[in-house]
Amino acid sequence: MFVRLVYESFRRQPRRKLLVAVAVALGAAVSTAMIAIAMDIGDKVSRELRTLGANLVVTPEEDSLDVQIGSVNLKPAGGYLNEADLPKIKGIFWRNNITALAPLLPVNVKTDAGEVTLLGTYFSKSLRFGNQEFTTGARQTFPWWKVQGSWPSDDSGNILVGRRLAARLAVVPGSQLEMNGEVHPVSGIFATGGDEDGQIVAPLFLAQKLAGKPGAVGKIFVSAVTKPEDAFARRSPDSLSAADRDRWYCSPYPQSIAYQLQEVIPHSHAEQIRRIAQNEGTVLSRIKGLMLLITLAALFTSGLAVAAAMATAMFERREEVGLMKALGAGHFPLSAIFVTESVLLACIGGLAGFAFGSVLAQRLGRTIFGSGMAVQPVLLPVVIGLAIAVTFAGSATAIRRAVKSDPVRALRGEA
Amino acid sequence: MRSRKAQGRTMFFRMLARAAMLRKRSALAALLATVVAAAAATAMLNLFWDVQGKLQREFRNFGANIVVEAPEGTTLSDDAVRSIQAAVNGQGLAVPFAYAVARTGKDQAVVVAGTDLEAARKLNPWWAVSSWPQTSEEALLGVRAARLISPEQKPFSLHYQGRKIQLSPAGTVHTGAGEDSRIYVSMKDFRAWTGLQPSVMEIAGNGSPQELNSLMQRLHESFPDLDVRAVRQVAEGEANVLGKTRSTLLASSTFIVCTAALCVLATLTGWVFDRRRDFAIMKALGASDRLIALFVAGEAAVLASAGAVLGFSGGIGIAAWIGRANFHAPVAPRFELFPAILAGCLVVTLSSTVLPLRLLRRIQPAMILRGE
Repeated sequence: MFVRLVYESFRRQPRRKLLVAVAVALGAAVSTAMIAIAMDIGDKVSRELRTLGANLVVTPEEDSLDVQIGSVNLKPAGGYLNEADLPKIKGIFWRNNITALAPLLPVNVKTDAGEVTLLGTYFSKSLRFGNQEFTTGARQTFPWWKVQGSWPSDDSGNILVGRRLAARLAVVPGSQLEMNGEVHPVSGIFATGGDEDGQIVAPLFLAQKLAGKPGAVGKIFVSAVTKPEDAFARRSPDSLSAADRDRWYCSPYPQSIAYQLQEVIPHSHAEQIRRIAQNEGTVLSRIKGLMLLITLAALFTSGLAVAAAMATAMFERREEVGLMKALGAGHFPLSAIFVTESVLLACIGGLAGFAFGSVLAQRLGRTIFGSGMAVQPVLLPVVIGLAIAVTFAGSATAIRRAVKSDPVRALRGEA
Repeated sequence: MRSRKAQGRTMFFRMLARAAMLRKRSALAALLATVVAAAAATAMLNLFWDVQGKLQREFRNFGANIVVEAPEGTTLSDDAVRSIQAAVNGQGLAVPFAYAVARTGKDQAVVVAGTDLEAARKLNPWWAVSSWPQTSEEALLGVRAARLISPEQKPFSLHYQGRKIQLSPAGTVHTGAGEDSRIYVSMKDFRAWTGLQPSVMEIAGNGSPQELNSLMQRLHESFPDLDVRAVRQVAEGEANVLGKTRSTLLASSTFIVCTAALCVLATLTGWVFDRRRDFAIMKALGASDRLIALFVAGEAAVLASAGAVLGFSGGIGIAAWIGRANFHAPVAPRFELFPAILAGCLVVTLSSTVLPLRLLRRIQPAMILRGE
């Protein structure tokens, strides 16, 4: 009888039930999408922030000073890292957070414009660590470098000339440039807006040859997806207890990734480039905080809206309740019927809403960030639980009033 | 004697008021839904306009976004420095930097930079500085430079072209970049010692990309001999992140506002439909379809106005709270949004009465009154 009552109620008033279910589904969809966005936005924006370039730098351990004013490196810092150690960076704990890396070897060369600094680097080189292959270099690490002409390949003798230097030397893409008595083809002119505009960039092996230091690297710039640092991140790992140290090591703080880089590259010192790392941390936490607060507001809004729709739907059924009461239904079974109906509606609406919301989040992620938002399966019970709570809260007063009211008045339409 | 028309008008308003009084609860539910939708729309629109500026301010912390440099081998005159600062004034901060390679007592080469330390501090908030120089002849040492030159924080001397300066370390600066290898002194000390003029102005300009472009254009035209360039590293990252955040915000706002609006639709449709018996009685007493439609529309308009006013105030409160909690600065209320919010409320409430009214029009009053 109970099941039949509920079933009939759905069968007899499909339009009204649909309206409420749609309201619940919409609320659930927005909640699902917003929670998914709030949970994933940090990762997405963090990856977008990599357009700011490297946030970590690995230098040789030795204490020496860079004597560089503007684009002219008067005395490149002594001490070198070993090029053969580079692929090991892809073997650290947070290897998947390393989005790009580029070695840099400065060497001064003689040109028609006097002594200029040449930077040796990878442009887009294929490296291998274990059985994992990855391609990386300056093009990924410094995405704001703009090249007019073409990027040289990593095993060619071609070079890029900075915008300001090119103007002084009067070279264009395709011309030749004499360095230390050797002629090299210029494959492009590049602009960065920084000191590099007055320098030359060449494949790493060429710089090593010019410097007479095979296998040497001066600095390694690493671009890593990190978590904004907090007080815990700033603690020194050596001062932490074993459990805390593990937690520190296994959080993608700039400090812990730097620590791990230092572990794999022998005789090195790794640290964050504060200008990028610190500021991107602030930007990231602002955006994350904003989305979190908006999600809270969205949950609250859709909750209230669904509750209002539910309350109205319940008010409409006073007569039905009056009739059932007149026929002798007790308070408990009556409430049970309506509560069951609400829960059923919440489940149906919640399920449909979750599906719709996941698709929404996916589409949004793909359109804006180029990769879908990850919707955690654990969200499903959360969203359905929220939907049940909201529909229940919305209908509770209405049910109680309907059940308590005098059936005669309800039937006369006066309640 | 009042005219019939005036009486009719009074009656109309009395009916409106009585309808709200008699069905307090369901009217309240409908009002709640409208208020929530209006508040959500207000808060999201307010945030959407304001977040751009708030985030742009965060990006100004990345330091200079425009650099003006004298051609190699030359320096900027005092006049040039002053007029660049005047050109930038009000739209940002312009800080001069002068560089020289000096030698320490142990003949170690080191780059010394002279600058307005107070301004450099504002320009580069990410510098981790242990203590800023307070008096003259105090220097700020990069951490690498400090380890080599003054490991025990003892005073040291530097030589530049035969001239000597005695400096005491005030503190260290740590940035993870070139600054770590340099020594910073005040411009006054630097010029008295080396006699060199600044060669670079670092400018942190505020505002949108268009405003920055026009600032650059102005500098370019005023100083054709100097190299004026945008620091593209930050500009590109900023545009990228801001654009994507705004898109996400816009999409989320659309979701939220649409849901709230649809819920208003559902609530109001149910509300009007629920009162079919009242309308049937009105119709049976001789009210025309037009009068009933007018009556319902009037109700919807009152609801929309009340909802818009309450929701607008609530929404501004929510936006201000989010601004304070997240950006530590309130979001300025945009009162010019109110007409749009009111119009949106009217459209939603009026359109949600259309469907039930059309259904009612088709039905004979007798059928409803019989309860069919």
